[in-house]
Amino acid sequence: MALTKIVVNCETGVTEEIALTPAEIAELEAAQAQAQADQAARETEAARIQALKDSAKAKLIAGQALTAEEAALLIG
Amino acid sequence: MFGTLISSVTVGAGGAASITFSSIPATYTDLTLVLSLRDTTTWAFTQISFNGVGGSSYTVRTLEGSGAAVTSRTSASTSAFDYPPIDKSSYTANTFSNVVVTIPNYAGSTNKTVSFDGVSENNATEAYAILGAGLFANTSAISSISIGHGSTFAQYSTAYLYGTLKGSGGATVA
Repeated sequence: MALTKIVVNCETGVTEEIALTPAEIAELEAAQAQAQADQAARETEAARIQALKDSAKAKLIAGQALTAEEAALLIG
Repeated sequence: MFGTLISSVTVGAGGAASITFSSIPATYTDLTLVLSLRDTTTWAFTQISFNGVGGSSYTVRTLEGSGAAVTSRTSASTSAFDYPPIDKSSYTANTFSNVVVTIPNYAGSTNKTVSFDGVSENNATEAYAILGAGLFANTSAISSISIGHGSTFAQYSTAYLYGTLKGSGGATVA
């Protein structure tokens, strides 16, 4: 993980690479862990929705009843 | 197209945890931020904040397509604008996201509206196209913009900040 941040002063045009403080590093690491958890949750939800869509499609073709959740997914 | 270039950043070989434009002059009418970003980790989205303000000052609603699904999200009362896309490390090599952020009346004394549209590039199913509209609930003029939170921007990521000045008679000039 990069341990510097870039700050550009728009008035002077000076660009600095500033080392992160230990607190900033800890914050980054915590944010990274949270992002990974969020991504895993998004992927799980996406897989769940896709499974529902596949089930709803198969049921439509077979002339079977959809669950309320499957119907809501198709037509809101 | 975007007005006058105020400042720009290109990330070097060491990468960067964040990019900040500070001391933004208040002489323009609107700001446009143009981003080309790649992450060295697993982030698919970056964050944008203003004036070092966090807390619960940001709300954003997005419409997004991921290549596999269409989603609308609301991120309310958060510490930064979420969801401008970024190419993460597992995406096709040497590709970067493209994001344009528009901040009208950034130097005014009312709450600030922000919009962005962005896409990530990936030769696989997952690639995002996202439209976002949000509110920065703060009446101070925007004097700094920070991009990134938990991100590690890869080398050659860029950020360009442009200013647009309203001309006489309402015409827009660079």
